[in-house]
Amino acid sequence: MRVYSEYSQGVLYLRLEGELDHHTAAETLRSIEQLIDRYLPRKCALDLSSLTFMDSSGVALFLRAQRRMRYSLGQLWLIDPSEQSGRVLKASGIERLIQIHYTESRKMR
Amino acid sequence: MNYLNYIKLEFPSNSSNEALARSVAGAFAAQMDPTLEELGDIKTAVSEAVTNCVVHAYPDSIGKILLRCRILEGGRLEILVRDWGRGIEDVAKARTPLFTTGGEERSGMGFTIMESFMDKLTVRSRPGEGTTVVLSRTLPKRKRVR
Repeated sequence: MRVYSEYSQGVLYLRLEGELDHHTAAETLRSIEQLIDRYLPRKCALDLSSLTFMDSSGVALFLRAQRRMRYSLGQLWLIDPSEQSGRVLKASGIERLIQIHYTESRKMR
Repeated sequence: MNYLNYIKLEFPSNSSNEALARSVAGAFAAQMDPTLEELGDIKTAVSEAVTNCVVHAYPDSIGKILLRCRILEGGRLEILVRDWGRGIEDVAKARTPLFTTGGEERSGMGFTIMESFMDKLTVRSRPGEGTTVVLSRTLPKRKRVR
Protein backbone atom coordinates (compact mmCIF):
# COMPACT_ATOMS: atom_id res chain seq x y z
CA MET A 1 0.00 0.00 0.00
CA ARG A 2 1.20 3.46 -0.88
CA VAL A 3 -0.25 6.72 0.36
CA TYR A 4 0.34 9.78 -1.85
CA SER A 5 -0.40 13.09 -0.16
CA GLU A 6 -1.08 16.66 -1.23
CA TYR A 7 -2.05 19.52 1.04
CA SER A 8 -3.59 22.79 -0.01
CA GLN A 9 -5.69 25.38 1.80
CA GLY A 10 -6.97 23.23 4.61
CA VAL A 11 -7.61 20.16 2.48
CA LEU A 12 -5.46 17.07 2.83
CA TYR A 13 -5.81 14.92 -0.27
CA LEU A 14 -4.58 11.32 0.10
CA ARG A 15 -4.56 8.80 -2.70
CA LEU A 16 -4.38 5.15 -1.61
CA GLU A 17 -2.73 2.83 -4.09
CA GLY A 18 -2.59 -0.96 -3.78
CA GLU A 19 -4.42 -3.57 -1.71
CA LEU A 20 -6.01 -2.60 1.59
CA ASP A 21 -6.55 -5.63 3.82
CA HIS A 22 -5.90 -6.64 7.44
CA HIS A 23 -2.20 -7.12 6.67
CA THR A 24 -1.70 -3.61 5.25
CA ALA A 25 -4.32 -1.68 7.26
CA ALA A 26 -2.36 -0.95 10.46
CA GLU A 27 0.58 0.64 8.66
CA THR A 28 -1.70 2.53 6.29
CA LEU A 29 -3.72 3.95 9.20
CA ARG A 30 -0.48 5.03 10.90
CA SER A 31 0.60 6.93 7.76
CA ILE A 32 -2.79 8.60 7.44
CA GLU A 33 -2.89 9.60 11.12
CA GLN A 34 0.64 11.02 10.93
CA LEU A 35 -0.32 13.15 7.92
CA ILE A 36 -3.51 14.36 9.64
CA ASP A 37 -1.48 15.29 12.74
CA ARG A 38 1.08 17.15 10.65
CA TYR A 39 -1.38 19.28 8.65
CA LEU A 40 -4.47 19.36 10.92
CA PRO A 41 -6.69 19.81 7.85
CA ARG A 42 -10.32 20.92 7.84
CA LYS A 43 -11.01 18.19 5.38
CA CYS A 44 -9.27 14.93 4.59
CA ALA A 45 -10.14 13.43 1.20
CA LEU A 46 -9.22 9.78 0.65
CA ASP A 47 -9.04 9.03 -3.05
CA LEU A 48 -9.93 5.33 -3.53
CA SER A 49 -9.71 5.22 -7.32
CA SER A 50 -6.32 3.43 -7.26
CA LEU A 51 -7.31 0.83 -4.68
CA THR A 52 -6.98 -2.48 -6.48
CA PHE A 53 -8.50 -4.40 -3.55
CA MET A 54 -10.20 -3.66 -0.27
CA ASP A 55 -12.05 -5.75 2.34
CA SER A 56 -13.78 -4.91 5.62
CA SER A 57 -10.42 -3.95 7.16
CA GLY A 58 -10.67 -0.85 4.98
CA VAL A 59 -14.09 -0.03 6.41
CA ALA A 60 -12.66 -0.11 9.96
CA LEU A 61 -9.74 2.07 8.83
CA PHE A 62 -12.03 4.73 7.31
CA LEU A 63 -14.14 4.87 10.47
CA ARG A 64 -11.01 5.39 12.58
CA ALA A 65 -9.66 8.07 10.24
CA GLN A 66 -13.03 9.79 10.44
CA ARG A 67 -12.93 9.72 14.23
CA ARG A 68 -9.44 11.25 14.10
CA MET A 69 -10.70 14.06 11.85
CA ARG A 70 -13.63 14.73 14.17
CA TYR A 71 -11.29 15.29 17.15
CA SER A 72 -10.13 18.42 15.35
CA LEU A 73 -13.67 19.23 14.08
CA GLY A 74 -12.73 18.21 10.56
CA GLN A 75 -14.42 16.02 7.98
CA LEU A 76 -13.43 12.87 6.14
CA TRP A 77 -14.49 12.31 2.55
CA LEU A 78 -14.07 9.23 0.38
CA ILE A 79 -13.49 10.05 -3.28
CA ASP A 80 -14.11 7.94 -6.40
CA PRO A 81 -14.07 4.40 -4.98
CA SER A 82 -12.87 1.79 -7.47
CA GLU A 83 -15.50 -0.70 -8.56
CA GLN A 84 -14.50 -3.41 -6.08
CA SER A 85 -14.03 -1.07 -3.11
CA GLY A 86 -17.38 0.57 -3.94
CA ARG A 87 -19.12 -2.80 -3.62
CA VAL A 88 -17.53 -3.38 -0.20
CA LEU A 89 -18.53 0.11 0.97
CA LYS A 90 -22.10 -0.53 -0.16
CA ALA A 91 -22.37 -3.98 1.45
CA SER A 92 -21.01 -2.63 4.73
CA GLY A 93 -23.49 0.24 4.86
CA ILE A 94 -20.70 2.76 5.52
CA GLU A 95 -22.37 5.12 3.02
CA ARG A 96 -24.67 6.21 5.84
CA LEU A 97 -21.73 7.17 8.05
CA ILE A 98 -19.11 8.67 5.74
CA GLN A 99 -19.57 11.00 2.78
CA ILE A 100 -18.65 9.45 -0.56
CA HIS A 101 -18.07 11.80 -3.50
CA TYR A 102 -17.68 11.13 -7.17
CA THR A 103 -15.80 13.64 -9.29
CA GLU A 104 -17.19 14.68 -12.69
CA SER A 105 -14.97 12.42 -14.76
CA ARG A 106 -16.24 9.35 -12.89
CA LYS A 107 -19.91 10.33 -13.17
CA MET A 108 -19.58 10.35 -16.96
CA ARG A 109 -18.77 6.64 -17.07
CA MET B 1 -21.12 -34.55 -4.41
CA ASN B 2 -19.41 -34.71 -7.78
CA TYR B 3 -16.73 -32.18 -8.43
CA LEU B 4 -15.09 -31.24 -11.68
CA ASN B 5 -11.89 -29.78 -10.29
CA TYR B 6 -10.39 -28.85 -6.94
CA ILE B 7 -7.35 -27.46 -5.15
CA LYS B 8 -6.22 -27.65 -1.54
CA LEU B 9 -3.79 -25.22 -0.01
CA GLU B 10 -2.48 -25.26 3.53
CA PHE B 11 -0.61 -22.29 4.99
CA PRO B 12 0.29 -20.71 8.37
CA SER B 13 -1.84 -17.87 9.71
CA ASN B 14 0.62 -15.08 8.87
CA SER B 15 -1.31 -12.00 7.83
CA SER B 16 0.76 -11.75 4.65
CA ASN B 17 -0.97 -14.97 3.50
CA GLU B 18 -4.35 -13.20 3.31
CA ALA B 19 -3.38 -11.76 -0.09
CA LEU B 20 -1.95 -15.11 -1.20
CA ALA B 21 -5.15 -16.99 -0.30
CA ARG B 22 -7.51 -14.64 -2.15
CA SER B 23 -5.21 -14.59 -5.20
CA VAL B 24 -5.13 -18.39 -5.32
CA ALA B 25 -8.93 -18.60 -4.99
CA GLY B 26 -9.30 -15.98 -7.74
CA ALA B 27 -6.87 -17.80 -10.03
CA PHE B 28 -8.76 -21.07 -9.48
CA ALA B 29 -12.15 -19.41 -10.13
CA ALA B 30 -10.84 -17.87 -13.36
CA GLN B 31 -11.38 -21.16 -15.25
CA MET B 32 -15.15 -20.66 -14.73
CA ASP B 33 -14.97 -17.52 -16.87
CA PRO B 34 -16.31 -15.13 -14.20
CA THR B 35 -16.91 -11.42 -14.75
CA LEU B 36 -14.51 -8.99 -13.06
CA GLU B 37 -17.26 -8.20 -10.57
CA GLU B 38 -17.77 -11.87 -9.69
CA LEU B 39 -14.02 -12.36 -9.35
CA GLY B 40 -13.80 -9.34 -7.04
CA ASP B 41 -16.66 -10.67 -4.91
CA ILE B 42 -15.02 -14.11 -4.57
CA LYS B 43 -11.64 -12.65 -3.62
CA THR B 44 -13.27 -10.32 -1.08
CA ALA B 45 -15.22 -13.16 0.57
CA VAL B 46 -12.08 -15.34 0.80
CA SER B 47 -10.11 -12.44 2.25
CA GLU B 48 -12.74 -12.00 4.98
CA ALA B 49 -12.80 -15.71 5.83
CA VAL B 50 -9.01 -16.03 6.01
CA THR B 51 -8.65 -12.78 7.98
CA ASN B 52 -11.07 -14.22 10.56
CA CYS B 53 -8.69 -17.19 11.02
CA VAL B 54 -5.66 -14.92 11.35
CA VAL B 55 -7.32 -12.49 13.80
CA HIS B 56 -9.78 -14.63 15.76
CA ALA B 57 -8.85 -18.32 15.47
CA TYR B 58 -5.19 -17.82 16.32
CA PRO B 59 -5.04 -14.49 18.20
CA ASP B 60 -1.71 -15.09 19.95
CA SER B 61 -0.06 -17.73 17.82
CA ILE B 62 0.47 -18.95 14.30
CA GLY B 63 -1.73 -21.88 13.33
CA LYS B 64 -2.73 -23.88 10.29
CA ILE B 65 -5.31 -22.73 7.74
CA LEU B 66 -6.77 -24.90 4.98
CA LEU B 67 -8.25 -23.43 1.81
CA ARG B 68 -10.11 -25.82 -0.49
CA CYS B 69 -11.75 -24.64 -3.69
CA ARG B 70 -13.99 -26.93 -5.76
CA ILE B 71 -16.01 -26.62 -8.90
CA LEU B 72 -19.25 -28.55 -8.51
CA GLU B 73 -21.71 -29.54 -11.20
CA GLY B 74 -23.97 -26.81 -12.45
CA GLY B 75 -21.30 -24.11 -12.43
CA ARG B 76 -21.12 -23.93 -8.67
CA LEU B 77 -17.94 -22.71 -7.00
CA GLU B 78 -17.45 -23.88 -3.42
CA ILE B 79 -14.76 -22.50 -1.16
CA LEU B 80 -13.93 -23.99 2.24
CA VAL B 81 -11.75 -22.20 4.78
CA ARG B 82 -10.87 -24.21 7.86
CA ASP B 83 -8.82 -23.57 10.98
CA TRP B 84 -8.01 -25.55 14.12
CA GLY B 85 -8.04 -22.53 16.40
CA ARG B 86 -10.06 -21.10 19.24
CA GLY B 87 -13.50 -21.58 17.71
CA ILE B 88 -16.62 -19.45 18.05
CA GLU B 89 -18.88 -19.72 21.13
CA ASP B 90 -21.97 -18.28 19.51
CA VAL B 91 -21.97 -18.47 15.71
CA ALA B 92 -25.31 -16.65 15.31
CA LYS B 93 -23.99 -13.73 17.34
CA ALA B 94 -20.70 -13.67 15.43
CA ARG B 95 -22.64 -13.40 12.16
CA THR B 96 -24.55 -10.32 13.36
CA PRO B 97 -23.51 -7.17 11.45
CA LEU B 98 -21.14 -4.92 13.44
CA PHE B 99 -20.50 -7.56 16.10
CA THR B 100 -16.79 -8.04 16.70
CA THR B 101 -14.45 -9.16 19.44
CA GLY B 102 -11.56 -7.66 17.47
CA GLY B 103 -11.64 -4.13 18.88
CA GLU B 104 -11.59 -0.97 16.80
CA GLU B 105 -9.26 -2.44 14.18
CA ARG B 106 -12.14 -4.58 12.96
CA SER B 107 -15.46 -3.43 11.54
CA GLY B 108 -17.57 -6.46 12.44
CA MET B 109 -18.68 -6.70 8.82
CA GLY B 110 -16.74 -9.78 7.71
CA PHE B 111 -19.57 -12.33 7.76
CA THR B 112 -22.01 -9.74 6.38
CA ILE B 113 -19.74 -9.18 3.38
CA MET B 114 -19.27 -12.94 2.85
CA GLU B 115 -23.06 -13.35 2.93
CA SER B 116 -23.79 -10.56 0.52
CA PHE B 117 -21.04 -11.46 -1.98
CA MET B 118 -21.72 -15.20 -2.12
CA ASP B 119 -24.98 -17.17 -2.54
CA LYS B 120 -24.49 -19.27 0.55
CA LEU B 121 -22.42 -19.16 3.74
CA THR B 122 -22.23 -22.00 6.26
CA VAL B 123 -20.26 -21.72 9.49
CA ARG B 124 -19.52 -24.68 11.73
CA SER B 125 -17.52 -24.12 14.87
CA ARG B 126 -16.69 -25.70 18.18
CA PRO B 127 -14.89 -23.80 20.93
CA GLY B 128 -11.34 -25.09 21.24
CA GLU B 129 -11.53 -27.18 18.08
CA GLY B 130 -11.76 -24.70 15.25
CA THR B 131 -14.05 -23.30 12.61
CA THR B 132 -15.06 -24.29 9.09
CA VAL B 133 -16.55 -21.73 6.75
CA VAL B 134 -18.05 -22.84 3.44
CA LEU B 135 -18.83 -20.22 0.81
CA SER B 136 -20.51 -21.01 -2.46
CA ARG B 137 -21.72 -19.20 -5.51
CA THR B 138 -23.14 -20.29 -8.85
CA LEU B 139 -21.55 -18.57 -11.81
CA PRO B 140 -23.79 -18.37 -14.87
CA LYS B 141 -22.46 -19.93 -18.04
CA ARG B 142 -21.62 -17.33 -20.64
CA LYS B 143 -21.38 -17.57 -24.37
CA ARG B 144 -17.95 -16.62 -25.52
CA VAL B 145 -17.84 -13.89 -28.10
CA ARG B 146 -15.22 -14.43 -30.74
